[in-house]
Amino acid sequence: MNLIDYFLQNQDLVLMRTFEHIALVACAVGLAILVGVPTGVAITQNKLIADMVLYLGSVVITIPSIALFGLMIPILSQIGQGIGYVPAVIAVFLYALLPIVRNTYTAITDVDPALREAARGVGMSALQRLYKVEIPLSLPVIMAGVRSAVVINIGVMAIAAYIGAGGLGSIISRGISQSDPVQIFAGAITVSVLAIITDGALFLLQKKVTPPGQASH
Amino acid sequence: MIKLEKLTKIFDSYGHQVMAANQIDMEVPSGEICVLLGPSGCGKTTTLKMINRIIHPTSGKVYINGEDTSKLCDTELRRRIGYVIQQIGLFPNMTIEDNICVVPDLLGWPKAQSRKRAKELLEMVALDPSVFLKRYPAQLSGGQQQRVGVIRALAADAPVMLMDEPFGAIDPINREIIQDEFLKMQQELNKTIMFVSHDIDEAVKMADKIAIFSQGELLQFDSPDRILANPINEFVENFVGADRAIKRLRLFTAADALVADATTSIGTEPVVSLQTSLTDASAMLYSSGAERLCCVDADNRIVGWLGHQQIAARLAQAPQASMEKEALSCQKAC
Repeated sequence: MNLIDYFLQNQDLVLMRTFEHIALVACAVGLAILVGVPTGVAITQNKLIADMVLYLGSVVITIPSIALFGLMIPILSQIGQGIGYVPAVIAVFLYALLPIVRNTYTAITDVDPALREAARGVGMSALQRLYKVEIPLSLPVIMAGVRSAVVINIGVMAIAAYIGAGGLGSIISRGISQSDPVQIFAGAITVSVLAIITDGALFLLQKKVTPPGQASH
Repeated sequence: MIKLEKLTKIFDSYGHQVMAANQIDMEVPSGEICVLLGPSGCGKTTTLKMINRIIHPTSGKVYINGEDTSKLCDTELRRRIGYVIQQIGLFPNMTIEDNICVVPDLLGWPKAQSRKRAKELLEMVALDPSVFLKRYPAQLSGGQQQRVGVIRALAADAPVMLMDEPFGAIDPINREIIQDEFLKMQQELNKTIMFVSHDIDEAVKMADKIAIFSQGELLQFDSPDRILANPINEFVENFVGADRAIKRLRLFTAADALVADATTSIGTEPVVSLQTSLTDASAMLYSSGAERLCCVDADNRIVGWLGHQQIAARLAQAPQASMEKEALSCQKAC
């Protein structure tokens, strides 16, 4: 009951923190899409470079988020951004890269060789093959990568409250420092619900970019 | 017209040089279907794919309607050649309409013109445009997809078509139907077609000329009749099969063998039309046990009869004049 009271009394705060959270994740994953999709496409040209890039991505994802924030403080302090919004976005950007790059790379390399040949045979240039055939066919899988990046990082972003980035994590962290389980639960539940709703919305988007009759991944 | 001049492909496979096609010389006159035939790895597909440079030739030249294609860039060349592959290769992310219009769109045709063309082409292969234009490839049956694959290659009205085992993935019954449809279409369209097959029966049915390949060499390039009647060596003879005389029957119709006699009385013997192939005619002779068949024309008037002897006599006739002479006379005519 305390929980419901909390939500009723702090509607504005929860809403504001939720928007902050969404803005942080959207900004970081948006950047990761802008960098990750072209990278995923580019590394299809060379197996060795692809393996190296994907390995590097896996290494990054193994760094605990709290450690990553700590590592960035001295570096970003040089430009006066040691804590706050910037390191949070950079960390989540780094975590989001791997699923997006990997899914883009896998989807493009998995395009049916017969379709590649058909695209060459009708006289498409390399660039036309990419944006008329290969990327559209890869979109469902790329979207799946974006989806997992978003869902994972909605959770990761909660920790960013500790470096002063705001978001729903600040409700949890205040709950911890005040030994108030109600606030901890309120923050945690909101993070979970946000993740579930976003996952569902992105799933619908993923289905929308899948051509009828083609199996969705 | 498609002309290949000393077309050669050498693949480098782990340091070994593999001769995939050795100095292939051949010329397919305009409006003819040439079937490239041979076992797997004989060089027929390599030769076909060197024409639109899906495989780049090691040396040699390709001329299309007299133009040296080495002066064209890859994409320009390919947009001028219709291309049909065994796996069909319709783009799953595009509607049937957009698939058909791929080449016209690349060539920058006005939308209205290319969309009208898509409609006409679908009607030509008896697929209702109001049903199929907006569908996606995965919503069509295999036979329907292959028809769309063929009309996509026709969309920009390229004079030349390359077909790589186009009907290979279709079940035998539908294959016959699509082959017949295609031959009917070709009578109107008069494209110059190179067609890869490994099926001698398909080749005899479709081809004006057959090119038999083995181990990268073009062994024999001739009319189906001459290939079946006079295989150039043991390999060709074995490849076309011991029943090559029976295969030849398909090339002739009742009209080619009958004894003209309008007074033939219809008794118990089976009746055949003039267009009946001798394959079907002899099958009727054997199955009915009759001595002869009665032939009638399109208006059901009796024109004559034929029996086993007439069929055998037709097979005993030498095939028509050789290719070289035909080619020469064609060059003069052109």
